[in-house]
Amino acid sequence: MLINRKEVQQIAVLAKLNVSEDEIDTIVTSLDSVVEMINHINEVDTNEVKPMANPMDAVQRLRADEVTETSNKEVLLSMATNADEDYFLVPTVVE
Amino acid sequence: MQFNGIKQISEALKSKAISVQELHDFYQAKVEKHAQNLNCLINKTPQLAQQQIKQAQSLINSGSGNLLTGIPLVHKDLFCTKGIKTTCGSRMLENFVAPYDATVVDNLNQAGMVTVAKANMDEFAMGSSNENSYFGAVKNPWDLNRVPGGSSGGSAACVAAGLVPVATGSDTGGSIRQPAALCGITGIKPTYGRNSRYGMVAFASSLDQAGVFAKTAEDCALVLSQMCGFDAKDSTSAQVDKEDFSQNLTQPINGMKIGVIPEWMETLPDDIRIQTQQSIDTLKNMGAQLVEIKLPTAHLAVSAYYVIAPAECSSNLSRFDGIRYGRQCDNPKDLNDLYVRSRTEGFGEEVKRRIMVGTWALSAGFYDAYYRKAQKIRRLISEDFARAFAQVDVIAAPVSPEVAFEFNAKKDPVSMYQADIYTIPSSLAGLPCMSIPIGLVDKLPVGLQLIGNNLQESKILNVAHQFQQETDFHHLVAEGFAHE
Repeated sequence: MLINRKEVQQIAVLAKLNVSEDEIDTIVTSLDSVVEMINHINEVDTNEVKPMANPMDAVQRLRADEVTETSNKEVLLSMATNADEDYFLVPTVVE
Repeated sequence: MQFNGIKQISEALKSKAISVQELHDFYQAKVEKHAQNLNCLINKTPQLAQQQIKQAQSLINSGSGNLLTGIPLVHKDLFCTKGIKTTCGSRMLENFVAPYDATVVDNLNQAGMVTVAKANMDEFAMGSSNENSYFGAVKNPWDLNRVPGGSSGGSAACVAAGLVPVATGSDTGGSIRQPAALCGITGIKPTYGRNSRYGMVAFASSLDQAGVFAKTAEDCALVLSQMCGFDAKDSTSAQVDKEDFSQNLTQPINGMKIGVIPEWMETLPDDIRIQTQQSIDTLKNMGAQLVEIKLPTAHLAVSAYYVIAPAECSSNLSRFDGIRYGRQCDNPKDLNDLYVRSRTEGFGEEVKRRIMVGTWALSAGFYDAYYRKAQKIRRLISEDFARAFAQVDVIAAPVSPEVAFEFNAKKDPVSMYQADIYTIPSSLAGLPCMSIPIGLVDKLPVGLQLIGNNLQESKILNVAHQFQQETDFHHLVAEGFAHE
């Protein structure tokens, strides 16, 4: 196996997902098969190759630091499950 | 009523032979008859349609419309539409109402097109069969026991069934070309950066690109010309001039050099290979010169893609925290519980799998070995294409190694991922590419992929249009869906 139960649990913690005991073996098997497929990328020597992040090799465009939109706080807050007039509401973090 | 393409509809509208409302009613009757059975739509947009019908009619009456004014369409449900639900095929966004329009939607609205509905899709555009939608699988009009392809399966099924003449889609690794092929219609993904990604829910940002489905290359060209254009709101938008992609359609392809990839052809099953070869022979008979090319690194494309796309997906989908928008779990006991349960409840199996693969590939110690390595493979593939395009104008290749398959036929993820073996290489290279119908195998459609060099959409559309002048495959309609 290229990936085990413990690693899958660790990944789930990082990804903020819950993996139940019922499903973990299935997930380990499927992730293992994906990793096996992915590992083919090691068949080619790429020491001299520059990584390609953008297919057009474009770089980040900069714009002048000017205000471009007005605040639409009400609309954005209305999309949340829990919000008051000015804030998104979350469970208490600090007592 | 029967129309052969957008130009004909537009003439009928302009000459007042029909009104925009009558046109809408004509297509609406088909939507009412077939949409539920095909499960190709997630939400209908009747109020928006009524408003846009009025606007389109007044544009036509005042003589200020263009060819697209009044033409009905559906948007894949990952394009944000102001005031209307945009679900992305996910429970996470089941009730999400976008506060703005995607630029692509806005560009088509500007022309006076009429939005009829939001089309079903694989959740967050991840899938090759449309079986990953929270709203259920879409059925292929050619055989209701088979998949339409994915991830833009709802859009493809809508056009194939004649419910609308046009649909938008998005293509990350084949999500326009493969469903176009499996549903027997035409679909194009332009060069990466041609279409703005603003307001298109992100899956893999360095690959995602919007595109269009229609029956013909000509209709695709007309709609794509209206969709594309530089957009300051998308930091990866290509700074190139707007182009009329229909300008070269009528040029003969005599003398054009078309690249074929023998290694790919050899891997096809016999019946699909024969069909594909016949279509390539048709191009040759039309005067094109066939040139054999090699893409030596392309066999690693699927492996590299399944590092890059999940890595970018895990990063993009970390925005779904259950707090600002999207699903929030009931009674969270603390902040972490809110994150974990909202995401675990909101995402489906394939989306979670890709988030986990991406999280793993980007985790400490693995970044260089996987993400960076995959980006290097990506460059090698791109260079393979650059060498090929030094010799040829356009590449003709298969789209899919199989015709539409039955539901639940592919249970393990890796066999599903292989469905995109011929579409992923050009996606990694960011090239414009399309699928055109080339006939049937076992009564199911087969497509031919045309790949162009960067920004040469006009060239592949030219070849596609000329092919469609010589052949009738794009007129084939599934039984029970012919215009009445």
